[in-house]
Amino acid sequence: MSQLRGETARLLTVFQSAGAIRVEADILQPADVLLDLYGEDVRARAYVTSDFLHGEQMLRPDFTVPVVQRHMAESAEPARYTYAGPVFRSQDTGSGRAAQSEQVGYEVFDCGPADEIEAEVFALFHQILTPLGLTASTGDVGLLIAAIEGLTTSNARKSALKRHVWRPLRFQSLLLRFSQPVKEKVLGAGGQLIGLRYASDVNERLEQLADEALAPPIPQSEIDALNDLLAIRGNLPAAFAQLQFLVQRLPSIASAVDHMSARLSALTEAGVDVAQIGFEAAYGLTAMEYYDGFVFGFYADQAGWPAVASGGRYDALTRVLGQGRDFPAVGGIIRPEFTLRLSDGDLL
Amino acid sequence: MIKLGVPSKGRLMQETFDWFSMRGVKLSKSGSDREYVGRVDGLVGIELVLLSAGEIPRELAAGRLHMGVTGTDLVHEKLANWSDVVSPVAEMGFGLANLIIAVPAWWRDVTCLHDLDAIAARFRAEHGFRLRVATKYHRLIRQFMTEQGVADYQLVDSQGATEGAVKNETAEAIADITSTGATIEANHLRILEDGLVLKSQATLWHSKVARGDCSALIDKVLNTPQPAQPDARLGQSSC
Repeated sequence: MSQLRGETARLLTVFQSAGAIRVEADILQPADVLLDLYGEDVRARAYVTSDFLHGEQMLRPDFTVPVVQRHMAESAEPARYTYAGPVFRSQDTGSGRAAQSEQVGYEVFDCGPADEIEAEVFALFHQILTPLGLTASTGDVGLLIAAIEGLTTSNARKSALKRHVWRPLRFQSLLLRFSQPVKEKVLGAGGQLIGLRYASDVNERLEQLADEALAPPIPQSEIDALNDLLAIRGNLPAAFAQLQFLVQRLPSIASAVDHMSARLSALTEAGVDVAQIGFEAAYGLTAMEYYDGFVFGFYADQAGWPAVASGGRYDALTRVLGQGRDFPAVGGIIRPEFTLRLSDGDLL
Repeated sequence: MIKLGVPSKGRLMQETFDWFSMRGVKLSKSGSDREYVGRVDGLVGIELVLLSAGEIPRELAAGRLHMGVTGTDLVHEKLANWSDVVSPVAEMGFGLANLIIAVPAWWRDVTCLHDLDAIAARFRAEHGFRLRVATKYHRLIRQFMTEQGVADYQLVDSQGATEGAVKNETAEAIADITSTGATIEANHLRILEDGLVLKSQATLWHSKVARGDCSALIDKVLNTPQPAQPDARLGQSSC
């Protein structure tokens, strides 16, 4: 235990030297904020407590939400934060993860050039973790979002696809649905008006369904290009070359690819050997629902281990928690229990 | 001594007694009608434990019951790792019920989960909270909705009279057990075409955790031919 404390303190010091202020967060978090943000799925992952006076509370499943809330409530200035402590994940889904585990995190709120901030955060994690023999994977959710924007289809369909970017199965089923002529829909028979849904809402959706019935399928060439995008993986320079080539077929990703180009330069400048870094266009689309841009994770060559570190950009989360304000944000966490085992040579 | 848990009340108890009786194991309540003590004739070394059907999964998982009769729905809902701790011995052909998702019948535009997901986003934007689904089957419904990719909903707990939740404006949709669908219809609701979450029936379970030799009881109930079971399948989605 004292070793773990030492490792945690070491990581905090690295982040503080990079300019971060140490912050704390309550272990008990109000459930409504987390539920509103993550939806029902969070109940399967978080410990929910009940309290006759205060209602539902959750043992914090991460620090990101309280840290973002704090920044959005207290500051309009750029800031760097670090924190450390346990997070709690319930085992309802049988993920095999520890119910309680330690995290040390680093979060940057900064309006400066996006590529430079992303490179700064990644390079810092890279500098801490590469000596331990970890390998890095990266991705960029912004590419997929830009590709969806460019599809030849209605805004309603684009919104539906963007809403499900983080649910790959549902995303693919929507894509399949939109790539075919619309099947004739047998409407429900109707009945007594009960419940809170507005009648106007039903009527508007019926009109939408009528429009939808005439909607042409998304051209197969565009579906293929989108799936080719999702299949891109390799080291960063190789994946970047593939993306540059794909811009001819998916012109709407051009600015996201330019952004990636700038990030590559910034990473190289920060001393990262980009040829050693992996890139997958579909990376971060399953477990990381609030990341909406650059994403990264560091992995050990150990069966059954979670990512030893992970992070990314989450501008949209600050918008949701900022009640009208937003603030560009990039951050990540390291699991000191695992870095400790790697530095001790204490492996299975 | 092998402990066999059986629902302590009503039709489920009687049908369980009949089922065992047809297989040469006579179960009965001993003492007064109000006393929860049972007896077993036709096989030695079996103790009958009468308890609530809802508690049987937990007792099997803890190994305090060797065998027990309860619904598939209750085992799947209450035991996250049910296949690790219990195994089904026989489906008993009664207590047939489907766990389904239903919405107000007047939502003419919502006939399948795809529609439910589509309107959930808009409902949340207009009402400021997620569309509420009333149920007591939290784990099963959450899992199902995740698998089906329905987002922007929330579960609200309802331990009874769930079909009334929409009329009472405590929920927008419901997820509950139904056998004929009559109560659903009577409460102005309609089952989604692909809203079948689980087909449930009374099932004899064997605890993988309890220590003791259940083979005599298992042999006896399995080696008697079972009556044919009716098919209670719901329609498939057309959308």
